[in-house]
Amino acid sequence: MSNRKFDIFAKGFFKENPTFVLLLGMCPTLATTTSAINGLSMGLATLFVLVLSNIVISAIAPLVPDKVHIPVYIVVIATFVTILQFAMQAYTPDMYKTLGLFIPLIVVNCIVLGRAEAFASKNGIVDSALDGLGIGFGFTMSLTILGMVREILGSGSIFGWKFISGDGLLVFVMAPGAFLAMGYLMVLFNRIAKKN
Amino acid sequence: MAAKSNLINMAVCLTAVCLVCSALLGGMYALTAEPIAKANAEILKASIGSVLPEGGELSDAMPIEVGGQPSEYYVSKAGDEVKAYAVKSTTVGFGGPLTLMVGVTPDGTVYNTSVLSHTETPGLGAKCSTDERFFSQFKGFDPAGKILSVKKDGGDVDAITASTITSRAYTLAVKNAVEAVKNIKGE
Amino acid sequence: MEFFLIIISAIFVNNIMLAQFLGTCPFLGVSNKVSTATGMSGAVVFVITLATLVTYLINKYLLVVFGLEFLQTIAFILVIAALVQMVEIVLKKISPSLYQALGIFLPLITTNCAVLGVALNVVTKEFTFGGGAAHMLNLGESVVYAFATALGYGMALILFAGLREHLELNDVPETFKGVPIALVTCGILAMAFMGFSGMV
Repeated sequence: MSNRKFDIFAKGFFKENPTFVLLLGMCPTLATTTSAINGLSMGLATLFVLVLSNIVISAIAPLVPDKVHIPVYIVVIATFVTILQFAMQAYTPDMYKTLGLFIPLIVVNCIVLGRAEAFASKNGIVDSALDGLGIGFGFTMSLTILGMVREILGSGSIFGWKFISGDGLLVFVMAPGAFLAMGYLMVLFNRIAKKN
Repeated sequence: MAAKSNLINMAVCLTAVCLVCSALLGGMYALTAEPIAKANAEILKASIGSVLPEGGELSDAMPIEVGGQPSEYYVSKAGDEVKAYAVKSTTVGFGGPLTLMVGVTPDGTVYNTSVLSHTETPGLGAKCSTDERFFSQFKGFDPAGKILSVKKDGGDVDAITASTITSRAYTLAVKNAVEAVKNIKGE
Repeated sequence: MEFFLIIISAIFVNNIMLAQFLGTCPFLGVSNKVSTATGMSGAVVFVITLATLVTYLINKYLLVVFGLEFLQTIAFILVIAALVQMVEIVLKKISPSLYQALGIFLPLITTNCAVLGVALNVVTKEFTFGGGAAHMLNLGESVVYAFATALGYGMALILFAGLREHLELNDVPETFKGVPIALVTCGILAMAFMGFSGMV
């Protein structure tokens, strides 16, 4: 893999991390990270849509008239989201139930449309796929970390494995805990970024 | 770079994209319709199976009124003898509807319960489907000897800590199911 | 009575932003000043109510009739995008002053997931209010629910903007500046709103 290609892939993890640096896609980030496994699943679902829509959009971008490019992109993204919805309903019904409304809402996740507009429409298919993979895995990583923190503090377990008896600090699995955990993680991220 | 826009290519492009995507979705829908139905049926079957005693032949869904609302129930029979009833019972929990499958034996004892769907708070009310200490109380619960309501209301059910509303809803759902079975037998 | 319960539930108990996390991006984006927050709130109330009305009708009289429910997501997002454009054009023509106030926020609204979220919720979820039976909402209830939800969003946004204006004047640790402290504040606001839970 050439250096440039590696950069396209790797930037999503730290330098342009969609969650902690670009602050994109906050709704699913906060809502679905009640546990590590939920965060991981939501991240992978977004990754799926992101990679496929990036590939298709980079392929059709030269043919799309400028003035209607946004509606066309949205239709492409919505198609992949609905395909994902059907597949999850059929093969992982439990996870579909848990993530619920946030699966169809991937359509309006600013990360997906943002990458289509900023990257896929101007770059080749391979680069766009790499960009989708990088940003997607970066997003998955952030969601899993946030989910892990909330699960450890809130339920005293990690990926469902319980290490304390009784309850944790319940507030962390509820709405306020999402904001608090996210805020403090961001502070941590800022500190690390500043040191480097 | 993107093509220059004029009315014709804009219309053609949008129409084409929409057509292709709808066709794709239609195909995907047809392809997954069966697995989705199967997955849902399996969840239902598993939950019925978990609330009824082993063996016995299961009937199809039959309509019934549970707690004043239309619902459905299944009968498990061994030969002509009724082994147990499985009743779908919905009440209102903390976050929204709470639907249970309740297995009741002909003598009115609760055989077992299982949560079909809920919208309770994760970590609190949602424990009604994960906390063994809570839902195992209903296993073999005999409403003739004990009272089906939470201890706060003078009953014999230990509520989930900090989730009284969910526990009440769960208990009420079981109670409604037991009442409904009385009516079935009365017919 | 039912409408009253819907309104209380949507504004306070199940506040779309503080309890359901819908529309977080614009929430963090435009909450720097009370004046912009107010403008955004107005635009959101307008668009959510209108979009829910239109998508409800489209779902009931088009998608369901022809068995095309699987196109819900794609149809709704297109309708919302088109609707926002139309509102923008119409406002520009008939009320330039209102357009001045709301105009710049309108393009941002298409990607506000609260709009699509409410539209999808209304046609797919069963609701319960005040111990009543779980049921799907009818047209009137849907519109009231959408309007109240949007009001709740606006209220949270304006409250939060007020808090952030004060934060600006305070001495916040370097690494907390900007979004992190806003998130922590938001967490505390959400905690306050939890006091309403269980009311309806």
